[in-house]
Amino acid sequence: MTGDVAVLGAGMHPWGKWGRSFVEYGTVAARAALADAGIGWQEVQSVVGADTVRGGYPGYVAGATFAQALGWQGARVTSVYAACASGAQAVNTARAQILSGMADVALVVGADAAPKGFFAPVGGDRPDDPDWLRFRVLGATNPAYFGLYARRRMALYGDTVEDFGQVKVKNAAAGALNPNARYRRAVTAEDVAASAVVADPLRLLDICATSDGAAALVLCSMEFARRHGAANPVRIRAVSTVTPTFPKAVLDLPDIATDSTVAVAPSPDSFRASIAGAAYEEAGVGPGDLSLAEVYDLSTALELEWYEDIGLCGTGEGAKLVQEGATALGGRIPVNASGGLASFGEAVPAQAIAQVCELTWQLRGTAGERQVPGARVGLTANQGLFGHGSSVIAVR
Amino acid sequence: MVAGWFTVDTDQEDFRLLGTRCSACASVFFPRQDAFCRNPACQGGEPAEVPLSKRGRVWSYTDSRYRPPAPYMSDPAVAWVPYTLVAVELAAEGIVVLGQAAPGLTTADLVVGMEVEVVPGVLHEDAETAWTTWHWQPVPAAPAEVRS
Ligand SMILES: [Zn+2]
Repeated sequence: MTGDVAVLGAGMHPWGKWGRSFVEYGTVAARAALADAGIGWQEVQSVVGADTVRGGYPGYVAGATFAQALGWQGARVTSVYAACASGAQAVNTARAQILSGMADVALVVGADAAPKGFFAPVGGDRPDDPDWLRFRVLGATNPAYFGLYARRRMALYGDTVEDFGQVKVKNAAAGALNPNARYRRAVTAEDVAASAVVADPLRLLDICATSDGAAALVLCSMEFARRHGAANPVRIRAVSTVTPTFPKAVLDLPDIATDSTVAVAPSPDSFRASIAGAAYEEAGVGPGDLSLAEVYDLSTALELEWYEDIGLCGTGEGAKLVQEGATALGGRIPVNASGGLASFGEAVPAQAIAQVCELTWQLRGTAGERQVPGARVGLTANQGLFGHGSSVIAVR
Repeated sequence: MVAGWFTVDTDQEDFRLLGTRCSACASVFFPRQDAFCRNPACQGGEPAEVPLSKRGRVWSYTDSRYRPPAPYMSDPAVAWVPYTLVAVELAAEGIVVLGQAAPGLTTADLVVGMEVEVVPGVLHEDAETAWTTWHWQPVPAAPAEVRS
């Protein structure tokens, strides 16, 4: 396909609470990706950073910060902010530059040093910001929304808290095999059930933590890859960055209310389903072609919803997949072979890039103990606050 | 809390959330959308303030067992008492509206699909100010009809 770009290198800084600057994390990940690609930083023609807030600086920074840390060398620079979809937009920006001929090789970096506890909006009185409003008026944290989705699934489909717990057990087992994961300990159903309730019906171990971490990719044209001895590289075949369609009829972060369905009937597909749908359409593949998927498991219950949204099963059938072990390592369609956010935690600008790193290693067959045998096609799915879609399909 | 989101100086009977309705396509917006219509198929009509339905049905619910961060207002010196959050479907407007449940209600008191109504409430108060808000509470069962 003419639309392919090659993944020449992938790298991470291990995730955790390390107490250092996001610049350090991003630089470590970038150097790892460059070493993996076998090219020098000075060969990079474009650097794309997924943004984070720099302490003391009232704004978002990334691309130039990493370029400065690696040593100014005059590369084209871009910084993108799209909340949790920042990484996917960074990948997409680099891809667009490569496909348009603006650059042969680009470095994509995302890194963050996350605050402890709940995510909160930046300070000040900002009643024009829906994210500020939901905290101010309702105290509605991210886990509160995850709790609403979980309870809704229980009412509609008969999901149980035990089903939710099984997702954590599965992801922790995979994460235990991943040297970049923050949590590398097996978790039992009893552990989940014994953890404190955060937002009924979800418990502490149902909800992902915040973490520090970084991930980076070296993307290049197929021609550049050939010249660098990569005749059959992992290829990015699709990047979906779709927005929702009106009326968005499912309550979603950070909104206090849904769009009205009075004038226009809602789409039969949810926003999350449309994110993956656009990626499938662009790649010319379907759910049946997938070898594995990395989905955005902010909560255990949300992972079950993604199974349905990326087409692994019908609506309401997600819990059955985890019960059958289909989505575990060794199952029919492993989901979150990396361990997912359950094992990594959230480092917002890095996580969509980290998902692509995992696909890269899996499709190369170098994922070690968590390798999905014979992986050929992988999909990532993620969603950024305020209506940012994010899905990447990579093939080998 | 935020100007114009609900009626003020009304008794519990007449208390309503306030949204806007587009004069061209009839889409309802909450929180109010006074500047434009967000329906992409709409050429854009004048938004007019409209009281929302008093009653709706529970879409889902949860609670907050840990104190939320600022800008939520709570006194860190006072022990945390979880509150319940309810998302409520309003049939006439075709929207789901999130809100806190009336004080004392727990998730054990709620069921998806049950009928609730909006009532005035207090979000936070200090020596000078009481910040008012809306709460959802189950519709009281109709009293048994007395036959004479
Ligand atoms: Zn309109």
